[in-house]
Amino acid sequence: MNPLLLWFHKLGSPPYFYRLAGRFLPWLYAIALISGVVGLYGGLVIAPADYQQGDSFRMIYVHVPCAWMSLFVYAFMAANSFVALVWRIKLSETLAMASAPIGAAFTFITLVSGSLWGKPMWGTWWTWDARLTSELVLLFLYLGVIGLYHAIEDTRQAARAAAFLALVGVVNLPIVHYSVVWWNTLHQGQTVSLMGQSKISSSMLWPLLTMAFATHVYFFASLLARARAALLALESGKDWVRGIAQARQANAHG
Amino acid sequence: MKPGTTSAACTALLRRDLALTWRRRGDALNPLLFAVIVVALFPFALGPDAQVLERIAAGTIFVAVLLAALLSLDSLFRSDLDDGSLEQLVLSPHPLSLLLACKIAIHWLTTALPLIVIAPLLAMLLHLPDRVLPVLLVALALATPLLSLIGAICVALTVALRRSGMLLTLLVLPLIVPVLIFGAGACNAAQAGLPYGAPLLWLGAWLVLALVLAPLATAAALKISLT
Repeated sequence: MNPLLLWFHKLGSPPYFYRLAGRFLPWLYAIALISGVVGLYGGLVIAPADYQQGDSFRMIYVHVPCAWMSLFVYAFMAANSFVALVWRIKLSETLAMASAPIGAAFTFITLVSGSLWGKPMWGTWWTWDARLTSELVLLFLYLGVIGLYHAIEDTRQAARAAAFLALVGVVNLPIVHYSVVWWNTLHQGQTVSLMGQSKISSSMLWPLLTMAFATHVYFFASLLARARAALLALESGKDWVRGIAQARQANAHG
Repeated sequence: MKPGTTSAACTALLRRDLALTWRRRGDALNPLLFAVIVVALFPFALGPDAQVLERIAAGTIFVAVLLAALLSLDSLFRSDLDDGSLEQLVLSPHPLSLLLACKIAIHWLTTALPLIVIAPLLAMLLHLPDRVLPVLLVALALATPLLSLIGAICVALTVALRRSGMLLTLLVLPLIVPVLIFGAGACNAAQAGLPYGAPLLWLGAWLVLALVLAPLATAAALKISLT
């Protein structure tokens, strides 16, 4: 077998993943912390104030990375859901369900930071603008996935049902988004684009990209930590989990 | 034993569901009553001023009808699950999605169609202008099957749960936001004298998509729930 494929198969085995994730975790947390501190310092202190919005614009260093993450995490969850439903890989179920609460948290932070920025800028906490409304709908989708997962007793069946809901949500999200755009729009257009020139000064851009990097790394760190805990609970009857528990106990007594 | 043809199975299922609804026809009136009560509460809250009521009429009727339809969604598979016939459907040699499409069609006929029939009454209660009424009826005729189809997927996911009411609402509501936007949007446009064709066509397009995909998705969801 191709070595990459072999590694991929090994990764799907819970004990192997548990060990590997444990080795990565401290590094991921450290990288996320360092780049997060650098990004926040760059954004909140070094970057110049906006000519129009003054210091209020600094909210984007929290708001925008979280908004990107809310979509990225949903895409990640949906991709894992697809793998879980099609190939029935246990690890993908765990990863999909572990990413849902993190995505919901990012979405919630996006909404709260957006409304904190909206009060001085638009003069209101909330407006029924297209992007805000889509983000709210996204939050409800996350909550639906989490709620369904916790409502069903059998963990694996719950993960499969919730994964299916996540996929239904993927089909619906574009429809919801465009219908809401058609309905009303006030939110400012896109400023940062991957292709071509961004409409933002580079002195303001680099902290933003650093923050985006930090939130991605943090997401994977948090995901691995959650997935490790979920795997232990899921496989609690297996030998390898018993081995870990016994080693812990021996350490505690020794 | 040789299984019958698929069309015979569908006919049998349609007749059985109609007979079951007819035997409990009192229950079928609940969504109607609910919609009338919700609509009747708005004038109490906002005052009897005809101009205010006229402005909110289309949206209020839409929300009331959607909520009433949502309320009745839970009964879609409930009794079949309790008496075990849902498992027989899953095990049958006929395509499950087709059988479920029949069930959804009957459910729409018995719960949503009566709501459309009393919509003129609701419109009268809120002083909806007469020229908007046909648009409202068309929009409801397109929106309620969509709700039944999308709702069926969510019901299939939650059917095995003992208490699914609140969770079902949480699952269904974000998915039907576009239905509400386009349906009520068409009525509001008609009321303002603007062209209202586009939102209705959008609803129709989405209905076609849901007609094809939703029974398949419901079947897949049901298989997950019943394993």
